[in-house]
Amino acid sequence: MFEKKSIPNFFPNSIVTFVGMKILIVEDEKELLETLVASLNKEHFVIETASDFHSASEKMALYDYDCILLDIMLPHGSGLDLLQQLKQDGKTANVIIISAKDSLDDKLTGLEWGADDYLTKPFHIAELNARIKAVIRRNKLDGKNTIEMANVVLDMNDRTFFVNQQNVPLNRKEFDILNYFMLNKNRLVTKTALAEHVWGDNTDQADNYDFIYYQIKNLRKKLIEAQAEIEIEAVYGIGYKLIET
Amino acid sequence: MKLLNKSLIYLSVSLFFIIGVWSVVFYFNLLSEIKESVDERLDNYKRQILATAHKDPDILNKNNFDDGFFVIREITQSQAFAIRDTYWDTAVMMQDADDDEPELEPVRMLITAFENDGKYYELRIINSMVEEDDLVEELFAEALILYFVLMTLIILINNLVLKRLWQPFYTFLAQLKSYRIGKSFPQVETNTQEFNDLQKAVSILLQHNVETFEQQKQFIGNASHELQTPLAIATNKLELLIEKGNLQPEQAESIAEVMHIVERLVRLNKSLLLLTKIENQQFLDNKTVSLNEVVKQNLSDLEQFAEYKNVKITVSEKAELTAYMDVSLANVVVSNLLRNAIFHNGENGQVNIEISENAIIISNTGSKTPINPQKLFSRFHKTQNDSNGTGLGLAIVKAVCDLYEFPILYRFQSDWHSFELRIK
Repeated sequence: MFEKKSIPNFFPNSIVTFVGMKILIVEDEKELLETLVASLNKEHFVIETASDFHSASEKMALYDYDCILLDIMLPHGSGLDLLQQLKQDGKTANVIIISAKDSLDDKLTGLEWGADDYLTKPFHIAELNARIKAVIRRNKLDGKNTIEMANVVLDMNDRTFFVNQQNVPLNRKEFDILNYFMLNKNRLVTKTALAEHVWGDNTDQADNYDFIYYQIKNLRKKLIEAQAEIEIEAVYGIGYKLIET
Repeated sequence: MKLLNKSLIYLSVSLFFIIGVWSVVFYFNLLSEIKESVDERLDNYKRQILATAHKDPDILNKNNFDDGFFVIREITQSQAFAIRDTYWDTAVMMQDADDDEPELEPVRMLITAFENDGKYYELRIINSMVEEDDLVEELFAEALILYFVLMTLIILINNLVLKRLWQPFYTFLAQLKSYRIGKSFPQVETNTQEFNDLQKAVSILLQHNVETFEQQKQFIGNASHELQTPLAIATNKLELLIEKGNLQPEQAESIAEVMHIVERLVRLNKSLLLLTKIENQQFLDNKTVSLNEVVKQNLSDLEQFAEYKNVKITVSEKAELTAYMDVSLANVVVSNLLRNAIFHNGENGQVNIEISENAIIISNTGSKTPINPQKLFSRFHKTQNDSNGTGLGLAIVKAVCDLYEFPILYRFQSDWHSFELRIK
């Protein structure tokens, strides 16, 4: 069902290309697994899946992956044991734990035992995407850490933004917004996902849709003024999408 | 009213009546006893007089009480036969040793008749009696003294003995008052059966309550955890659906509405999980946290919101405030209070943050009416114009404060709402 797809490799501007990255998703909830696969396919990753402890253990032993999404509560065993096994085998895959429990213990143990990140269910697709790319990027790059798209370059180390090699000053949050969009190029970023990512986790009381609209409007204005060939497009009033013009 | 005092009141009232009735009965008994003995004496006098009259007929002429205690009067035979020995309570003018002039004194009088040498005489003998009003007065005073002596003794005994007897009860009660779930049950060493029974009953009751509480807590925790995955699926499927495109505007609108509802569910669930975690004390990575830093960090996340809402924030740091607590919980408290102050503010509102040596005071303008402080921190309490919040923000703040025993106070003063968080 989830066999390898043929991959159109067509992202000439990216310095780090995520195309063809091998990803293993270990998740026992079938519905969630399907959605994750459907979503990550759009990023042109090569995706394999495992829905219980033993098949996951087997795949992890046999193949090398760039990134493994690991659920902790699995039939026949714990994801934490898989993590330990992986490290004992000397594999270098990036591991992101996805768990319904954000219990501090699991999180600490997971990170201590070599997981690269920890994501609590439920999460937004855009957030998972950003995290996967962030962990892969962290391991692939030596020193240089930029995202390029059309005529713009975002330097994550210096937190600077260039359009046609010209520096365009952005404030801290504007940079974070743009960074998030660029990690989710051509993908839907909902307003909630954006608010959670940029302004912190607890959006409990924020009736913040107007606020986000206002922030995006400012950012759009800067992009147009700088003649950037990218555009933040509204998607049905629910969110936005970054596209090349 | 204390049991000790209550029992004293009952005792004092009933003793009052008991001693009162007893005094009356005692009085009449005493009186009749006195009369009996006086009558006996009168009878003796009579026999002496009769004997004397036989030898010395002179006394037969004594016809007034002025210089004696009897009078004799000659009567006819028929009159004599009509007289039976009778004892009278009456009064006679006489002067006692302690009197300045003669006055009526109560006396006991024996009226009798006798025959001497064929003649018949009537004999009246008197003997002074106790003055009844004196007796009553005396008795009343004695009874009162008895009453007060008894009461004093009873109070003393009550205080010493009963207090000692009830001591385990009061100790137990004090422990029960300060009992909080999670602490050890109240326990007192005593050999009084009633108190032991009470302890047993209370322990069983508490045990039962603790179990119910634990089950409830576990249920909320489990339910929230179990909801996480379905919520993840719903969120992600909706996101994929939107991403697919090709939607009619009204379809997109419906999906957007469903997404908002799912997001609300997610927020609610996260808040419930957080509450459960706080109450289960799952955060125990306590460190010394600089609250000045926490406030600054949170403000940097919130400053744009505030700017957008035209809310002016002023911070006055009078001292460096630290708390020994979990960092993430410190963030939760500060961020919830700040968000509360910013989002429940009006256009051109103000927020003041004051950090002193032992407290943070966060004040904001906003609604012109105070919030009911009893409901403010309760779960799912919402003000009318707030339909987006979960109603759990301040409940979470309160839960953290309770966990660390930091007092949190709400005040409404000249149109400013202020929350004061005191750090011990």
